[in-house]
Amino acid sequence: MNQKTLRKPGKIGELFRSREASLLLVMVLLVAVIQWRSGGLFLTGDVIKNVTQNYAHTAVLAFGMLLVLLIGGIDISIGATLALSGMATCLMMRDGYITNPLVAYLFSMLVGTVCGLVIGLIVSKGKVIPIIATLGMQYVFRGLAYYIAGYDWVASDELLPGYKSFAWSSFLGINNLVWIVLIVFVVMFVFLKWTGFGRQIYAAGSNPEAARISGINIDRVKIIVYGINGTIGGLAGAMATSLYGNAQGSTAMGAEMDVIAACVIGGVSLNGGQGNAFGVLLGAITIAIISKSLSLVGIDAFWQQALKGAIILVAVLVNVLVQRNVARRALKRRDI
Amino acid sequence: MATKSGRVISHKSEFSLAKLFLRWEALLILIFLAVNVMNICLSPYYLNAYNLFTNINNFMNTAIIALPMAFILLLGDIDLSVGGNVCLSATMLGIVYNATDNIWLGIAACLATATLCGLLNGVILTKFSELAPMIVTLATNIIYRGLSERILGNGSTGGMLNVSWFSKIFYGRLFNLIPYPLIVFAVLAVVFGLVMHKTAFGRRMFAIGSNKKAAAYAGVKVDKIRLLVFTLTGFMCGLSAVIYCSKLGSVKSDVADGFDLEAISMCVLGGISTAGGKGTMVGAVIAVFTVGLLRYGLGLINLEGQTIRIIIGALLICVVMFPTIRDAVKKLFAKKK
Repeated sequence: MNQKTLRKPGKIGELFRSREASLLLVMVLLVAVIQWRSGGLFLTGDVIKNVTQNYAHTAVLAFGMLLVLLIGGIDISIGATLALSGMATCLMMRDGYITNPLVAYLFSMLVGTVCGLVIGLIVSKGKVIPIIATLGMQYVFRGLAYYIAGYDWVASDELLPGYKSFAWSSFLGINNLVWIVLIVFVVMFVFLKWTGFGRQIYAAGSNPEAARISGINIDRVKIIVYGINGTIGGLAGAMATSLYGNAQGSTAMGAEMDVIAACVIGGVSLNGGQGNAFGVLLGAITIAIISKSLSLVGIDAFWQQALKGAIILVAVLVNVLVQRNVARRALKRRDI
Repeated sequence: MATKSGRVISHKSEFSLAKLFLRWEALLILIFLAVNVMNICLSPYYLNAYNLFTNINNFMNTAIIALPMAFILLLGDIDLSVGGNVCLSATMLGIVYNATDNIWLGIAACLATATLCGLLNGVILTKFSELAPMIVTLATNIIYRGLSERILGNGSTGGMLNVSWFSKIFYGRLFNLIPYPLIVFAVLAVVFGLVMHKTAFGRRMFAIGSNKKAAAYAGVKVDKIRLLVFTLTGFMCGLSAVIYCSKLGSVKSDVADGFDLEAISMCVLGGISTAGGKGTMVGAVIAVFTVGLLRYGLGLINLEGQTIRIIIGALLICVVMFPTIRDAVKKLFAKKK
């Protein structure tokens, strides 16, 4: 768990051996290969804009999932939270209760927060294992997303024009959705690294027993973390619906799998207490590149799913091998 | 996980009536009866044996996967790739049958593919034992389904029902009453139950699920058992795929979507903890029928599929929370005294 303390202080060596560095290297190689194989089609303004815009909500979700994974939990209902909050917001807009895009975003985040808090309460006070709690709530949220809309969907012309154009316009040459990702990233980075509560999350994840004895209220940490995750789910719900210009019950079906994969590739451990925001950002970008680039390299559409799975698997396996190597070296150094 | 350290692996407590009624299975039987009473009230035709068996037959292909899933959860592992596995092996059945015109070869290919897929999961998880089974099987699920997508494209494969005895696997009935899949399930459930509760292998699985490290130090071959259980799960997916093909006679690349979560929720409702080392096969079997019949009953009153899912999800969480609520209530009474 604590390889950092075992290492000799050496800034550059540490930089090269860190997880993020190896991931960055893999990413650069990946981009280089794609750029070469696609005949220079990949690194163009259009493609980059397209990729970042379309995967913005997945990336945002990954930061929420990071918090949940850090405390040793997991949330497989986040795709359903996204669908429910997005649907609720669009229905409010259709029926004329919401007339301002900003209010729509806030409302969606509110719905998401409520979903997250419910999960947090079930996990902490109800003592239900996270995967089961979120499995059950996934059914509930997804079902509700269909139910509140009466098994219908909200079409593009029923949404506010400002709401839809927000996702397609830019500020300082960068798409608004991408700005949201960057803001969430910075906030999450600072929050986890330099605030007391952020450190409490790490403590609660790496050793709950010790954290409890040292005076951390684990239940409170859990509820707040799932709450924040819900808020981010709601935010992503608004982002997705404004990007697609419609809301359906099936929005983001299976998104949780992409999100968890992004986190794991980014070096977050499913056992809790390990991982950081920068790694997750890299992981999310990697997933986005994989998802988008395969068609550019001329691989036909029906291969893409299988290859995506294989790449995720290989990335995870390579990560394990690297970690084993690091641990072995650390052990050797201690012997001397 | 530190919270597991205090768990007692096996203990015999003295018999008490109160404890018997507070057991998980008792609660489950109550829910099971409630579901049946509800169904009887809803439909006058519910208790017709022929109809009842038809309805039960419809959820047998998930039920068959719930059995090995119980083993996997018992080990403290999880397998999210069963849906993809069923899909790929069903695809192989169709492809091989159409290529060779021999249904036996198709079935062999189906079972072989499924077992291989399970074996692959097992090999990766035992060679890289620090990896979480969730992420590995998540990736292999995408791979298996992706391969099926690659093979079938947007189309489908079929024609298996031209072999008349093949369709009998699903539609045939013993004494013109009991469908074959149910018989297969019943036999397998007994075998799985005996293995889980009456054999050394079963005790070893409980030991691994309670504390993997301690089990390894006690001489349990953890890797071997995990490999075996994952391979077995693969084989059972193949069996489920055969039944699926016999039911529908055609395969698309989106079949068996969500089988994994359905099988897991059945097991969890049956009292098998996903943290490992806890649960009974009886509970899992009762839960299989509870969920299956509840789904049918709610369908009777014309609830939409997604609304049914809300109810099943809520039921799952309420049931799992029941012990916590019970303890809280007990504490409340103890304080008052």
